[in-house]
Amino acid sequence: MKFDTPAGSNPIDQLKVVGHPIDRIDGPLKTTGHAPYAYERHDVVANPAYGYVIGAAIAKGRITAMDVGAARAAPGVLAVVTHENAGPLGKGSMNTARLLGGPEIEHYHQAIGVVVAETFEQARDAAALVKVTYAREEGAFDLAAVRDSARKVEQSASAVGDFEGAFAAAPVQLDQTYTTPDQSHAMMEPHASTAAWDGDSVTVWTSNQMIDWGVTDLAKTLNLPKEKVRLVSPFIGGGFGGKLFLRADALLAALGARAAGRPVKVALPRPLMMNNTTHRPATIQRIRIGCTRDGRITAIGHESWSGDLPGGQPETAVDQTRLLYAGANRLTALRLAVLDLPEGNAMRAPGEAPGLMALEIAMDEMAEKLGIDPVEFRIINDTQVDPGQPDRSFSRRQLVECLRLGAERFGWRNRDPVPGRRRNGRWLTGLGMAAAFRNNLVMASGARVRLDRQGRVTVETDMTDIGTGSYTIIAQTAAEMIGVPLEHVTVRLGDSRFPVSAGSGGQWGANSATAGVYAACVKLREAVAQKAGFNTADAVFAEGQVRAGNRSVSLAEAAGEAGLVAEDVMEFGDLAKRYQQSTFGSHFVEVAVDAHTGEVRIRRMLAVCAAGRILNPKSARSQVIGAMTMGVGAALMEELAVDRRHGFFVNHDLAGYEVPVHADIPHQEVIFLDEVDPISSPMKAKGVGELGLCGVGAAIANAIYNATGARVRDYPITLDKYLDRLPDVA
Amino acid sequence: MEAGIGTAVGTAVTTLAGPVAAQAISRESTGLTVRLKVNGTEHDLALDPRTTLLDALREHLHLTGSKKGCDHGQCGACTALVNGRRINSCLTLAVMHAGDEVTTIEGLGTPEKLHPMQAAFVKHDGYQCGYCTPGQICSAVAVLQEIEAGIPSYVTEDLTAAPQRTEAELRERMSGNICRCGAYSNIVEAITEVAGRPA
Repeated sequence: MKFDTPAGSNPIDQLKVVGHPIDRIDGPLKTTGHAPYAYERHDVVANPAYGYVIGAAIAKGRITAMDVGAARAAPGVLAVVTHENAGPLGKGSMNTARLLGGPEIEHYHQAIGVVVAETFEQARDAAALVKVTYAREEGAFDLAAVRDSARKVEQSASAVGDFEGAFAAAPVQLDQTYTTPDQSHAMMEPHASTAAWDGDSVTVWTSNQMIDWGVTDLAKTLNLPKEKVRLVSPFIGGGFGGKLFLRADALLAALGARAAGRPVKVALPRPLMMNNTTHRPATIQRIRIGCTRDGRITAIGHESWSGDLPGGQPETAVDQTRLLYAGANRLTALRLAVLDLPEGNAMRAPGEAPGLMALEIAMDEMAEKLGIDPVEFRIINDTQVDPGQPDRSFSRRQLVECLRLGAERFGWRNRDPVPGRRRNGRWLTGLGMAAAFRNNLVMASGARVRLDRQGRVTVETDMTDIGTGSYTIIAQTAAEMIGVPLEHVTVRLGDSRFPVSAGSGGQWGANSATAGVYAACVKLREAVAQKAGFNTADAVFAEGQVRAGNRSVSLAEAAGEAGLVAEDVMEFGDLAKRYQQSTFGSHFVEVAVDAHTGEVRIRRMLAVCAAGRILNPKSARSQVIGAMTMGVGAALMEELAVDRRHGFFVNHDLAGYEVPVHADIPHQEVIFLDEVDPISSPMKAKGVGELGLCGVGAAIANAIYNATGARVRDYPITLDKYLDRLPDVA
Repeated sequence: MEAGIGTAVGTAVTTLAGPVAAQAISRESTGLTVRLKVNGTEHDLALDPRTTLLDALREHLHLTGSKKGCDHGQCGACTALVNGRRINSCLTLAVMHAGDEVTTIEGLGTPEKLHPMQAAFVKHDGYQCGYCTPGQICSAVAVLQEIEAGIPSYVTEDLTAAPQRTEAELRERMSGNICRCGAYSNIVEAITEVAGRPA
């Protein structure tokens, strides 16, 4: 099915099942420990051997010698695979660095081998016996130091009007630089895979957000035809972008299994993950805003510098600045430096998350310069069209509504505009806010739907559920379309034998994947109607029956002994080009800062979101509160500390890389505006999982400023950066 | 049939796709023998003495509800109950637990018959990816017992009075269980409901 005209009314609009806060259908499995993750497939693979990964101990250079003799002779060892015996390997099209390094080393903890043994303990012990000799080379590890060598990239670059002239002429100007650090996904389930060969075909039970990307890149790396590779990933213990791509666990499980001649499972040890896998790259961002005295933006410029390995990608931190606020003269630019740190890549809301951390502090600073309330300043500069292409409007844009409702519900009017004046005992308190913005992406997505002789529906798609609620919203979609109770729908996900879906990334999953299920269900409805002798257009599907006129047939009867099967792919036309599709929101935060120690406590958080139809308010709300929590981490604690001499992230475990815990997070409020967006898909939904993260960090930074009068422009906002600027303690 | 996820619990726990072979605990050739009592059942295992309690549960008894998130006591995903008290099962060796009563998430309830804490997590959506969830639930069950037993925490204001089931107490006591999906707000609501206070 091709979606190239805005959706009219369709069966989803009935909202008998879709749109309700239904408990996740995978909940009983997950809460009892019966959901099998990649390393736990005792149900499908008997007696696997264990692979333990060895990581490079240098950031850049060459392996001059590897002595694996002691490891091979160690008790229980079945195989040792390194670049010397792995055979010729390709490189995945989504990978920047090779997943099995050697002799050249591209980054610290790049995998250089796997030791396979009968037990985990034996494999780990033997891996420590491998002796590696390196010739270390100098590398570039400090973004600030190589900033001037960064090359300009075309991506995200834009110029509208005369930015430099308008900025110079603006009566009120802001020119500030902000930095965001390298961050780690730190999902709870380490990257893990179990691989088993059958002849020259391999099946890998793994933990991957994008099944078809993974199949394609594993086949490419192993030099196999794609049909010889099967990936299965029904449960994924968190991803956040860190499991978008084929990673070393899957490749080394496959190589280890081939070498050992039996199934092998590999999990990345937690301390290996942060340097071995991808991370969100650090940025340096310069923002310039010029305004009239009454608060209208006349010039807005956003430039960002980031680094990556040769052949890598920039962090697109300026994208939202093209679309979020009005202004006739505009500039965005990205510059990319070569760094020999581990591979930078997508982490939840790539681009917008770090971009808004900077832009929304700048807006707060500018509002203060103007003497205008920060909420009002944003409302003044709203735009209903793409400011760079004014003939192109937003499909739906309710930013102003999000701002006004959030301000009202949060008690924004009680904020003291003068910072550092609200004191309650030992606590300085402050309020902060930020706009939230994230583009709505759509991706082609396929599904297969079966109706059996009992009138039960089964949906199969390689879509993944990474905690997002895919199982549940897909079941809701099929139940609505076919007119059966939710209990009569079974959803099977994450297997490359199923139709290729949108996968989970870029907050495109929910809208795109359910649209694919919608397309397959439309075909199934046609097949059922035909079988029952109805015109498809007249047929009504409800309560397990198909009806037309005064005749009705049960779905079970229509399916017959053999059942009916339909498969389709939802493909998206050019509506995303003709309209700007984005999601909007506002974040409001109250903080308390210890007047003596500078310790920050988050007291209250509210997000208001306008993101199209909310398919399941319960799981959608969870996406948003989870993103708000990640935003607290980004604001207050998360930073991969770079060793600039040796080129690696020092705090590479969950003790050193701090993420929010229970005690850091208060009760969180989320409001969804009542919205449908018929331009996004027949579901009229948009993404929400990343929107919730966009802007949170700046709202917290602005609240800390309001509480203390200390403006911090370098994340994370740790107390060493403002302790000497706290108000005098009376 | 091959299983998928349906709301009908019975279908959801049938076998999964692919070749299923008989289980064999076959790695204990050189090990120390230990008798573990897990979820009320005694198991005689011969284990490599380096085997953690977590790996004994996951790899030898195939009780994979206890999760390995870090293997270093940093995340809490491996939380299980030993003699009624919660423990990071990755930080203790299996051979140290002869004769102990170990309770894992599988021993609290089943998909067909959820423990009240498991049911509350489902109701309040106190999880997303599900990987930290068994540890959160085991911890939550133990936290309420610790408060009941009068054990104070860092945030207990009056060490001579009985600690209360306040949200501050719950958040403090649950802080060893990381949830990167960020379900904390919902988890506290779930625990609060089980604790008998209004959510």
